Amino acid sequence: MRPFELLVFIGQVMSNGWFLLGIPLMAASFFALLILFSWHPLSFVIPISALSYVVGALGAKYLLKEEVNAARWVGVLLVCVGVALVAAG
Amino acid sequence: MASEKRLRIKTLIMVLAMVVCAVTGDLLLKRGMSELGAVQFTGTGLGEALLHMAACGMIWLGILFLLGFMTTQMTVMSWADYSYVMPAGAFGYALQTFLAVVVLHEVVSIKRWIGVFLICIGVLLVGQTKPRTTECTAQVGEKAVVSC
Repeated sequence: MRPFELLVFIGQVMSNGWFLLGIPLMAASFFALLILFSWHPLSFVIPISALSYVVGALGAKYLLKEEVNAARWVGVLLVCVGVALVAAG
Repeated sequence: MASEKRLRIKTLIMVLAMVVCAVTGDLLLKRGMSELGAVQFTGTGLGEALLHMAACGMIWLGILFLLGFMTTQMTVMSWADYSYVMPAGAFGYALQTFLAVVVLHEVVSIKRWIGVFLICIGVLLVGQTKPRTTECTAQVGEKAVVSC
């Protein structure tokens, strides 16, 4: 990618509404993570954060129209069960 | 063959760096927030938390390590398949839990360990499937620049 094309690409990204919406959401997510760290042990917070894979799979399926096959759904289910055990532990 | 061996070695080193950065970053963030204590979920409490985060060197160091994680992850993704890198992320949950016990002296029950193990397997399964199932093209000017 030539420098000019790269600049155009960056400009397109920075003017994309979805991208601009994503940045404050990522910032809020990080802030929420830090608050969780102040409330709970690391061994609780980090495994719980694996729920992002569940939300990601659901978002991928219904918002982005991606194919999510059976293996991925089984993985999502295992993550859910694992998170439940961590929360109950 | 020599170049393949070189690629394999540097990829492995970068994956290790990725894991070290992620784990160290989270540990530092946890340490930094432990100095503040439990954040009160009020306007004042959240404001105090923000001020503490901005002023805490340990948190900034943690952010630096997480930036390092992002950089190493993007680099290694450009060298290796996603399915090669994915297991490092999956087992990072187990490593984090182990280091929480060793470094932060947290107590982790058997139930929680089983949960972490299931999460590792689950994340591995999510990652082992094809990373792309949709077409993608990006237009710059009049021509497509990226095609997946």
